[in-house]
Amino acid sequence: MNMTLRRRPRGTGEALKDFPTFGLVSAAVFAFLYIPLLFVVAYSFNSNRVVTVWKGFSLEWYADVLTNNDIQRALMNSLKVASVATALSVILALGLAIGLLRMARSGSTFAWALIGAPLIIPEIVFAIGTLAFFVQIQMPLGIGAITLAHTAFCIPFALLPIRARLRSVDLSVYEAAADLGANEWRIFRRITLPLLAPGIVAGALLAFIISLDDFIVSYFLAGPGGTTLPVYIFGMIRNAITPGVNALSSLLLLASILIVFISYVITRRKR
Amino acid sequence: MGAALTVRGVTKSFATPEGGEVHALKDVDLDVEDGSFTVLLGPSGCGKTTLLRCVAGLETPDSGEIMLHGERIDQVPVWKRRVNTVFQSYALFPHMTVERNIAFGLEMDGISRKDTIDKVNEALQMVRLDGLGGRKPSQLSGGQQQRVALARALAKQPEVLLLDEPLSALDLKLRRGMQLELKRLQRETSITFILVTHDQEEAMAMGDQVAVFDSGEIVQIGAPRDVYLAPRTRFVADFIGEANVLPAQWSGDSISIPGFDDLHRSLIVGSESAGEFVAVRPENVIIEQAESGNGTVIEVLFVGGLLHVEVEVQGSTVSARQSSMVAESGWMPAIGDRVQVGFRAGSVRVVEA
Repeated sequence: MNMTLRRRPRGTGEALKDFPTFGLVSAAVFAFLYIPLLFVVAYSFNSNRVVTVWKGFSLEWYADVLTNNDIQRALMNSLKVASVATALSVILALGLAIGLLRMARSGSTFAWALIGAPLIIPEIVFAIGTLAFFVQIQMPLGIGAITLAHTAFCIPFALLPIRARLRSVDLSVYEAAADLGANEWRIFRRITLPLLAPGIVAGALLAFIISLDDFIVSYFLAGPGGTTLPVYIFGMIRNAITPGVNALSSLLLLASILIVFISYVITRRKR
Repeated sequence: MGAALTVRGVTKSFATPEGGEVHALKDVDLDVEDGSFTVLLGPSGCGKTTLLRCVAGLETPDSGEIMLHGERIDQVPVWKRRVNTVFQSYALFPHMTVERNIAFGLEMDGISRKDTIDKVNEALQMVRLDGLGGRKPSQLSGGQQQRVALARALAKQPEVLLLDEPLSALDLKLRRGMQLELKRLQRETSITFILVTHDQEEAMAMGDQVAVFDSGEIVQIGAPRDVYLAPRTRFVADFIGEANVLPAQWSGDSISIPGFDDLHRSLIVGSESAGEFVAVRPENVIIEQAESGNGTVIEVLFVGGLLHVEVEVQGSTVSARQSSMVAESGWMPAIGDRVQVGFRAGSVRVVEA
């Protein structure tokens, strides 16, 4: 009996697992992804002004960064842009998702493809197009212009989780609500909104991150007084990579990780 | 007792994705007595669900009138109609507990908090789900979800309760139990029930009145027993119970069926209609061993206490069904036997094509 069990042919999966090369490849991929990030974080604690030479542990660059007025202003700009763009894009995405739900099948497939397209359009093309358009309509560049552009490209990102959530809900649930005496507004408030909440939160966090770390579009549309944090960081490294840049980048990384973590927890819990 | 629901000349067409048009309802009339149990029966795509949805307000008829206790409702929005629906998929609100689900409709009516709680508990008791009010729908079995859907609709005390294939997702045993339960609920609440089903046994078991649908029309309506015993068309005879439908031709005062002796008008029921077919239930077919008979046995099956025998008579297959006890006493048909096939007196019915 034991003999036959041991001699049973192995499945493909098992054979692959035994092949050592794939383990090495995986390790290499992880290293490639995370070593640059570790480098940034590690050297943000370096007390040496020369970035690449380790001298000792220090928090002085964090203190530096957090007390720098220009950085604070850039951070406030970024947060303002991200908050407003997130709110607007989520509201628009929500309306769009529900609106398209009612559209005829063939039409909506095309519309969805059209909405998803910005996800693959090169950002530089979008940035140039937006800049040209704003100049054409004499829209002043700056924080307002950045917010509008961010709103536009955040819509598909906000839409993705909302749409996924919307699709998972049986349509007869809305019919049942109407049948039980709810008018459109009450259906929206009592049924649609609560059911979509996890998707809305996930979409909002996604839009927020995308807006927060956008560089290209913001750089093109910045104008006077429209410096966002990524644009400011780019300005900092134009001269040299300072430990301050590392500290600032580490903070940005921490914020992103926190947001993704919150999004993960929320979508998991609601399911 | 007055009419709870009156449907007059309701027509509804849908555009198909291929650019065609489907006539889901063609000039449908229906009268439903107050406090009765009506079943809309038919194969899928026959329009029965469309009619139900028109009554609920989830579809708008192209033309015709729908009256609820004499008041026209076909242009009234869904949420204002005093009818409620039990959906095929139950359509429970997944983010609400059972209690919140049932309370939803009551809150929409602006019923006070205290009354709502009382009515929710009453509804839970009615469907025997006491104690499960705090659960989410996902924590319930299919049968329990079904009861919540019922309780939610009944709690509003609708003038008419619409049930769209409510039992189709349940397994057979549970379905039989729920059929009895629905009958009980209907009697106890004396609310008018209209149930849609494609299951003719279910329709027979539950309805005070059965309306048989075929391609967007009600082809026959009546008490289950009447519809079973006196099918008007070939479709109804075939769809409800089993029937041998044979081509027939009138010649003077008698009707001839290929392979059988001519039958005089007086021996036939439904003979006032000028049909081209006759229908005979298998239990009314008599077979006797006879070398010079008109048929040959082609299949013999024991099903429970019954003997199913299929006989070929001049190209048509005739099903006969008799108690296997009868067979025990004497001759037992076997494949290949020559037999004489006849019909019980008064059991041959002329039906329309």
